[in-house]
Amino acid sequence: MKPIVKLLLEGGSLNTAQMAQVLKLSEAEVNRQLDELKKEGVLLGVRPVLNLSQEDSGLVRAVIEVRITPERGGGFNRLAERISRFDEVESCYLMSGGYDLLVFVNGASLQKVAAFVSEKLSTIEGVLSTATHFMLRSYKENGFLIEGKAAENERLKVTP
Amino acid sequence: MDSSRYIAKHVINLPKSGIRDFFEIVSKMKDVISLGIGEPDFDTPWHIREAGIYALEKGKTHYTSNLGLIELRRAINKYVEKNYSVSYRPEDEVIITVGVSEALDLACRALINPGDKVMFHQPCYVSYSPSITLAHGEAVPVPTFAKDNFALTVEALRAAWQPGCKLLMLNLPCNPTGGTCDRSQIEAIAKFAIEKDLIVLSDEIYSELTFEGVHTSIASIPGMKERTIFLHGFSKAFAMTGWRIGYACGPAGLIEAMMKVHQYSMLCASIISQEAAIEALVRGEDAMKKMRDQYHRRRDFIVRRFNEIGLKCHLPRGSFYAFPDVSVTGLNEKDFAIGLLQAEKVAMVPGTAFGANGSGFCRACFATSYEQLIEAGNRIERYVQSLAKKS
Repeated sequence: MKPIVKLLLEGGSLNTAQMAQVLKLSEAEVNRQLDELKKEGVLLGVRPVLNLSQEDSGLVRAVIEVRITPERGGGFNRLAERISRFDEVESCYLMSGGYDLLVFVNGASLQKVAAFVSEKLSTIEGVLSTATHFMLRSYKENGFLIEGKAAENERLKVTP
Repeated sequence: MDSSRYIAKHVINLPKSGIRDFFEIVSKMKDVISLGIGEPDFDTPWHIREAGIYALEKGKTHYTSNLGLIELRRAINKYVEKNYSVSYRPEDEVIITVGVSEALDLACRALINPGDKVMFHQPCYVSYSPSITLAHGEAVPVPTFAKDNFALTVEALRAAWQPGCKLLMLNLPCNPTGGTCDRSQIEAIAKFAIEKDLIVLSDEIYSELTFEGVHTSIASIPGMKERTIFLHGFSKAFAMTGWRIGYACGPAGLIEAMMKVHQYSMLCASIISQEAAIEALVRGEDAMKKMRDQYHRRRDFIVRRFNEIGLKCHLPRGSFYAFPDVSVTGLNEKDFAIGLLQAEKVAMVPGTAFGANGSGFCRACFATSYEQLIEAGNRIERYVQSLAKKS
């Protein structure tokens, strides 16, 4: 793994000037490497990890198991890519097991998510079935615990 | 009433730890970036904590044997055999203690007659000299030097040795210097110990956190197992400081003597911690290596920063401490540390807290987040520059 990728994973919310200091590079070089990672398709983007229940966003999230018909030549890819393009779809994975795609969906309300599933998703040619599970509560987001993380400063300030 | 006249002489004469003084000052300040902490910033890996919870759920709330759970002693033997190339019988050559600190204290109390001399290298962990004194021994410090990257040299040992020396304490890699010895240096120390008929107490608590080369335990050198007490624990490598769990391995006769002291003072280590420790040894290696890799990268960063700033800092081969030389600023280590704290709210521990020859140095623990290390580096730089302007 490249040093800059390790630092992105480890360093949390360092800005490029701080990253430059750690990696002993100029800030311009850090930006160049980040651009390169983007071009290579390794770094897709950087987003904050939020506790949305605190934000009172009204956002509804659901996980949908989708069974689809594979196609000669492309397998599952064409349909999976097509489904992924909807704005409502946050993430989309091809899975082993009882269904084919696991689709994470966001919507402003229950009705909007339901409408997406019934009108958009399940009407796509090749989609055999869907099973929608609405998320009730989040306990951990992208490696961050929602509650219960002991603060760093619970350590005594000076110890032998 | 003056209560001091009731206190035992060897206790009343013990100096207060320099760390304690410094802690008093730091704890009264707000928003300090502390590089003065002697423990990992990681919480104990969850699977190890889970094992502790599970132990409680299963009603593991009783005493264990004085030596500790046999399952843990077996796991320790396997772990030590694999990583340190020396093997101990779980039945009578291993004892579980309340942290390495207790193991060290047991060894001192079990082995030292009043007046026996004990050699130990300095700068060193704060409890070494007091442990000797509390056991009515006489402390014989052996200096280590920045020019040797704070490795212990046999020349320094020879120069410090005097008749009546019975024990030699080692702590490699070392708190506070991060210094350690390579195999040839360990072999030379072993030869010296055999020549002078010394028993070696080898505290290897930082051994997993060796970043370059391979850690060599003196117990694995031919002829040394029978005269070495290998001391180790879980605090640093597995981020388990608060569990207070360590162990000693050595010749059955010596372990038996330590067990006597242990059974009348401590009885046994916490069973919950012992159960969690088994999990750490059996399944904790991946989490431990991940933490070590992070310490490694942070060390490279902070040591480079100290040198850029102009505070000469050798590369500590192990532990999570950097030990920069602050004498270039014209201040002694205490004034530097206090000045830095007041001007920039960064805490480093003055080197003299770890022995007189830590003078001119400060200890900086890099077991903290990148954000904090970066900010601390910038603040220290600003402070050093402000000192240069003044002079």
